[in-house]
Amino acid sequence: MKIHIQSKTYPAVGKAAVKAAIADFALDLNAGEFVCLVGPSGCGKTTLLNILAGLDKDYQGEIGGGQPPKIGYVFQNPRLLPWRTVRENIELVLAEATPASTVDALLDAMQLTSVQQVYPERLSLGMSRRVAIIRAFAVNPDLLLMDEPFVSLDAPTARQVRELLMQLWQQRPHRVLFVTHDLREAIALADKLVFLSASPMTVVRTLTVPIARNKRNDEAAVEAFRQQLKQDYPDINVLL
Amino acid sequence: MKFRPFILPALSLLALIALWQGVALLVDSHTLPAPYTVAVVLWQAIVSGQLPYHLGVTLLRLVVSFTVAMLMGSAIGIVLGRSEKLNAFFDNWLVIFLNVPALVTIILCYVWLGLVESAAILAVVINKLPNVIVTVREGTRALDQDLLEMARCYGFSKGKTLRHVIWPQLHPFVMAATRSGLALIWKIILVVELLGRSNGMGYQLHLFFQLFDVASILAYTVAFVVVMQVFEVAVLKPLDRSAQRWRR
Repeated sequence: MKIHIQSKTYPAVGKAAVKAAIADFALDLNAGEFVCLVGPSGCGKTTLLNILAGLDKDYQGEIGGGQPPKIGYVFQNPRLLPWRTVRENIELVLAEATPASTVDALLDAMQLTSVQQVYPERLSLGMSRRVAIIRAFAVNPDLLLMDEPFVSLDAPTARQVRELLMQLWQQRPHRVLFVTHDLREAIALADKLVFLSASPMTVVRTLTVPIARNKRNDEAAVEAFRQQLKQDYPDINVLL
Repeated sequence: MKFRPFILPALSLLALIALWQGVALLVDSHTLPAPYTVAVVLWQAIVSGQLPYHLGVTLLRLVVSFTVAMLMGSAIGIVLGRSEKLNAFFDNWLVIFLNVPALVTIILCYVWLGLVESAAILAVVINKLPNVIVTVREGTRALDQDLLEMARCYGFSKGKTLRHVIWPQLHPFVMAATRSGLALIWKIILVVELLGRSNGMGYQLHLFFQLFDVASILAYTVAFVVVMQVFEVAVLKPLDRSAQRWRR
């Protein structure tokens, strides 16, 4: 899947001047590839995801060619419907004919079977995030977008959700675009790292993560690669 | 102390009746009959079938005009809340209709359409509609954009978005419009009936006024208040509870 956004500008509103959000962004996404977008906050990552999700149509560029891809989107906030139970929230995004076993399996994989009839306001943030991840996986997307889905979780919870996410993803790999500004997290998850400049956004550098999938929980290996990156490419230091 | 919730309201009601009785004794005039007299008149009116008939007619008008006003008002309110241009255009209309006195609408409806049932219903609807529109419009403006984006991104149909994303957020506003609406509508309906109908509570009250029959006026009032309270407890409260069950 080819993605090429040539430019995206926000029109002037009130006293705010015209703002260029994306100057140039090109990415080739292979099937089943997990790509992490790393860049400073406010660099236009969420803008990019909203364009890819079809929420923002005011841009210059091209996505995928032909039919718009089916999207799963894990927003920065879980964005669950508070008046629908966990299970209803997931079922709502599915086609009517989807068998119940699909949802059962996903709930089980994310260890949420026991709370499936609970309303989201009674869940912890970590649990809500897991529900949002299930919802995105459940539609079996061509492209899965994740916008800092682990931000404001405490470290052990973030690790737990990350591990569950990896298990789920390895069962059924999708193309994933995962936005983060945590380089360690990106190295632990990604096949490919894309470093982005400050606004207006351009691609600074694209790198492949050489660590084997089964070694990603090894924090020493992740940290060693991170140090190596910072040494080899001093230009990425300013982005983090 | 489990019986407390029932005992306090009962006591306050008894106190009100006692106060009424006390004043009636003090004044000792047929313009303020005692509670017992009113109860007897009420009983006779029920047994004779007069009160059930007129109350039924009024309630039917209430149900019809209320339903029409709520449905139209919700639809228009949602549209105006979602479209800035339409809202900018129609805002003045709303302000004007909000401020036209109920009596004027009623008279004009009767003058233009004649003393017919549809004119009566229309007059009530026109009086209530702007209130519903304004309330629902405010609710629509306050809709959560994040959730709407989520619905769009996951390809929710219009109907699905309305039912699962928009409606639950509008529910408190619609309930507010319902409560204030019922209170407003039934007062207007009485005036509509008084001016141009030959049945219903308003017509009866007018009759009793000409006869100076205060006991009957009070008896009909009691009946109406009881019916509205039963509606509140039996319909609105359970509706509220079921819609709020997701709250912590």
